[in-house]
Parts: sequence; structure tokens; C-alpha cells
Amino acid sequence: MSELTLTVMRLGFLAVLWLFVIVAVQVIRSDLFGTRVTQRGSRREAGRQQQAARQAPPQQRQQATGGRRGRNAPTKLVVTEGTLTGTTVALQGQTITLGRAHDSTIVLDDDYASSRHARIYPDRDGQWIVEDLGSTNGTYLDRTRLTTPTPIALGAPIRIGKTVIELRK
Amino acid sequence: MSSTTNSPTHHTSTIGAIGAPSRRNTELALLVFAVVIPVFAYANVGLALNDSVPPGLLSYGLGLGLLAGVGHLVVRKFAPYADPLMLPLATLLNGLGLVVIWRLDQSKRLSNYAEAAPRQLLYSAMGVALLAVVLIFLKDHRVLQRYTYISMAGALFLLILPLVPGLGANIYGAKIWIKIPGLGTLQPGEFAKIVLAVFFAGYLMVKRDALALASRRFMGLYLPRGRDLGPILVVWVISILILVFETDLGTSLLFFGMFVIMLYVATERTSWIVFGLLMSAVGAVGVASFEPHIQTRVQAWLDPMREFELSRAGVQDGVVHSEQAMQALWAFGSGGTLGTGLGQGNSDLIGFAANSDFILATFGEELGLAGVMAILLLYGLIIERGVRTALAARDPFGKLLAIGLSGAFGLQVFVVAGGVMGLIPLTGMTLPFVAYGGSSVIANWALIGILLRISDTARRPAPAPAANPDAEMTQVVRPS
Repeated sequence: MSELTLTVMRLGFLAVLWLFVIVAVQVIRSDLFGTRVTQRGSRREAGRQQQAARQAPPQQRQQATGGRRGRNAPTKLVVTEGTLTGTTVALQGQTITLGRAHDSTIVLDDDYASSRHARIYPDRDGQWIVEDLGSTNGTYLDRTRLTTPTPIALGAPIRIGKTVIELRK
Repeated sequence: MSSTTNSPTHHTSTIGAIGAPSRRNTELALLVFAVVIPVFAYANVGLALNDSVPPGLLSYGLGLGLLAGVGHLVVRKFAPYADPLMLPLATLLNGLGLVVIWRLDQSKRLSNYAEAAPRQLLYSAMGVALLAVVLIFLKDHRVLQRYTYISMAGALFLLILPLVPGLGANIYGAKIWIKIPGLGTLQPGEFAKIVLAVFFAGYLMVKRDALALASRRFMGLYLPRGRDLGPILVVWVISILILVFETDLGTSLLFFGMFVIMLYVATERTSWIVFGLLMSAVGAVGVASFEPHIQTRVQAWLDPMREFELSRAGVQDGVVHSEQAMQALWAFGSGGTLGTGLGQGNSDLIGFAANSDFILATFGEELGLAGVMAILLLYGLIIERGVRTALAARDPFGKLLAIGLSGAFGLQVFVVAGGVMGLIPLTGMTLPFVAYGGSSVIANWALIGILLRISDTARRPAPAPAANPDAEMTQVVRPS
């Protein structure tokens, strides 16, 4: 047997041996399945995210040129006062409804809130708007009672009964 | 993701395990790979030694393939969710071991030893048969829990067997074999390893709270109460007795190490490891101070060259001098990074036990550092899968048993590889699956069988829970 053939076989064998080790490690990697977190309304949100993704390219270009909007866009809604203090909701382009009705995004356990009290939604430019839905006791942005859909500034308190929420980065 | 907490009384998300796929096809693909590699190695050895593809190639390949196939079908039928890697890894190591044993059979220097490869193939077949028996008859590993104290008695019996006069065989200083007339020799210690793991797991599962909680804190360590030290002292004394009477450092270290590992896992107390290390150090040094067989081993470890010269000079001073340790080191050295190529080394100079205790030296010489690293990684992967199984197991007994078995497996690899490479004094132990030796191969296949059984139980998807009506009610429903 020629020296060359044996050298090729020797190196080939080592390569095959290591290939096996690498394949085995790949199997381990694909074997790591942790836990699955099923979220309420996740299907709907996922659908929205997909839509958003489809519309994303032009927006991203806008943001790339504008820049400031992207950096200052709020990412979450935080309840700062009331029974739900500390609750956060991630803002992902979905409409957030507030009220005592149990199908609201944030269910308010508050005698001064109406069942469908207010909603918070992004307009076409991505600016978040709060709109009172004809509630009995009204929705306040800072100290003013809302009469029309109003853009929300970062950190401005929105008061509904005893509950105060604000948008944060 | 929206982590809404609409009201304190309702959870917003449910966390559940993702249904694990059974992965049997992955295992099959890896098994084919694991059979092809040794066949390649076999052809390589034949081409290097005799310039021709060895005539036994087909039967060897078919034999190994048959073993792998039987193992796979049994796992597919009786443990469908078991770990996909253990069987291929064990098959590959067994196949490579067979090739190297056959390669050493071909050596002219070793021609006065009996041919070992066909016997090893037979032992492997018996091992796979035992694996099948374990998987078929052990439907649930928790059954073993009932036999906790019977296991203790059984393990002690197995450990004492080699000391029984007329039954035990003293082979080159270590008394760890028993002679069975007409069948050859058997190493009961290999089986005691498994039985003892069952006992430790059952015992620690019951006693671990007492061992973990009833302790005083002293200098950052939790000191156990005096009476809780009882079990570790008993195991320590037994392992010292093994060392004294069977003069086998490896077996002693293996049992004590396995106990300390399991104790640590059961109680999460670092102090046990400190105690264990101290006690084993004291024990080993103490015994080595008066036991000549151990002293020789330590001498050969500290100065293998002197031992080699004494052996060459034929010095007769009451103890056996052996050139094996030095020859093994030379084998590793001449292998270099990429090795000399299968069938082209001179590791057969090691002589006796070249195909059992010292088989790693042949890998070192003919496959080089790259090959030995791969072999050690294969062992590491088996151990990783064992520990992974322990993590996934839901019952404490299964957890402890899986940790104990994989810990013992890992310790055994460490003791042998470390001994052959000169890291620790050499002791007569076999490299699992690779080295020649019936007891070792059979016992380790059984060990893999138990691990497969535990991993099957651990990875089997739980029956789907009933849908929670609340979750439906609180969903966001918006007409749009």
C-alpha cells in the first residue's frame, strides 16, 4: 500500500471521527427544547406582527432617515397607580382597551371606570393615541379631561378613576 | 411579547413542556454512521498491515451492524423516547475497540497471547443482549427502588467474591477477578458498580434531608452531625478494605468517588466533597504506606523510566517490575498530533494488557492527539447525556441513579485514561466499551440500558392537560 494512500486514509479517518463528534453535538443542540410559553391572544398578535413585518421595510427606512422617532417610541405601557400597579403591557402595534369589561386588554377593577372606558392605539405614523370611549367619569391626560383622541407624550400620566398609566420607553 | 396581567386572579400565560419528538430516526442515522466508522477503520488496518482489505471485513461489519440494529429495534419498541445519542456513542466506541483489539491480535510481538477480537465480539453481543433484557424487563426504573437493601447486600457479595479462596484469581497483583471453571474469569466489580449505584440512590433518596439539613455551619462549610457521618464512613471503610485486600486502587476510588458524587447531588452540600477528598487522600496515602503492590504502582507512576530499566535488567526484588507504563508513554509520544495511522504504530511493545488496560495507548499512537481527543469527547458525550437524563428525570430516585451511573462511568474513564497517560498511578481498570474484557463490556451495556430506561421515562411527553376554561374566557376578543 502506498504511503500516500495510507496518509489519506489516516487523515480521512480522523476527519470522519471528528465529523461524528460534531454531528452528535448538533443532535444535542437540536435536542434542547425548553418550555413553551402560551400567551393570551398570541395568535392575534402574531398575525399583527406578521402584518407589521410585511409593512416594515418602508417604515424602517423612514426611521433610519428620521432616526429620532425610532429612538423615542414607547415600548411599554406601565400602570403606576391603582390596584394593578406594576403591570406592564408591551406595545407592539396592537390596540389596548381599558375598562371593567373582562375582555379588555387591561381589566380595571375600579368602581369609577366604565366597562369600555378608553383605548390606546397607534396611528398610521406610529404615534400612540388615547381615546375616551364615552366613559361616565372621563379619562384624564395630565389634568385635562379628554374630549378627542389625543397623542400621548412619553411619561404623561393617563388617569382613569383611581388607575394611572403611562407610556415608557 | 405582551406580558399582560389584567387582573391579579388570572394568569396570562401557561408554561408547558414542548412535546419531545421521539428522535428514533436520528438515532438510526447516527447508528449507521457509528457502524460505518469502525468498518472504515477495520479496512484501514488491513490495508496498512497486509496490503489488502481484510477477509473478515464483511462479517465484522455485519456483526457490528446486527448488534446496532438489534439495539435500535429494542429501543424503538421498548423505550421509544429514550435519548438518541447513547446507543450510537456506545456502538461507535465498542466498534473502535473491536478494531483495535483485532489490530493488536495481528501483531507478531503479541502472538503468544490468545486471539481476543472474536471473543470480544461475542462479549459485545452478550452485552447488547443484556441491554435488551434490561429494556424489556425493566419497564420502570423505580422498581429498583424496592431492592435498595438487597442491592447493598448484593454489591457487598460481589465485592467480596474475589477474596473467597479457590474462587478469586490473583492476576498480576490485583485480586479483582473470579475464576469460573470452564468459562474463564469474571470481574464482579464491574457489575457491583451498577448494583451499588442502585443502593446509593435508594438510600440517599430517603436520607438526604437528614444529611442536608441537620448540620452546623463552621468556617463556611456545613458540618454534618456525627451520626450522619455514619454512612460515608462505612463506604469509606469498605473502599479502604477493597484497597487493602484486593489491592485495586481503581475499584476503591470508583466506589468511593461514586458515593461522594451522589451524596453531593443529593444534599447540595459542598462540605461532602471536601470531606470525601480528604478521606480518600488519607486512605490512599495510608494504605500506600504499607501495601507493596500499591507502592510499586506509585513508583512506576513517579518514575516510569526507572521501572522500565529495572524490568529490562530483570531485577528480582520481590515485586513485579513492568515496562508497560513507560512503553505506553512512548506510544503516546510517538503518535504526535495526528498519529502514525491505524496498524502502523508500535504500541504492541506494551505487551501484556496492551488490548485491555493500555488500549488507549494504541489509540494515542495510531490516531494521535486528535484521535484521543475525539475518543475522550465521545465518552464525555455519553456522560453528558447521562447527566442530562438526571436533570430531566422527574423522580429523585431516577435522578440519583442516573447521576450515579454516569458519574461512575466518568470516573472509570478518568481512572483508566489518567493512569495510562501518567496523570495518576496506574490501576487495573478497563476503558468502558473499548478495552478487551467481557465483564466490562457486558456491565457497561447494562449500564447504558438503565440510563436509556430512565431517559425514556424522563423524556416521555406527559399526557396533555385538560384545557383551562378560564384561559379561553380571558382572551382578547376584538371584532376587526
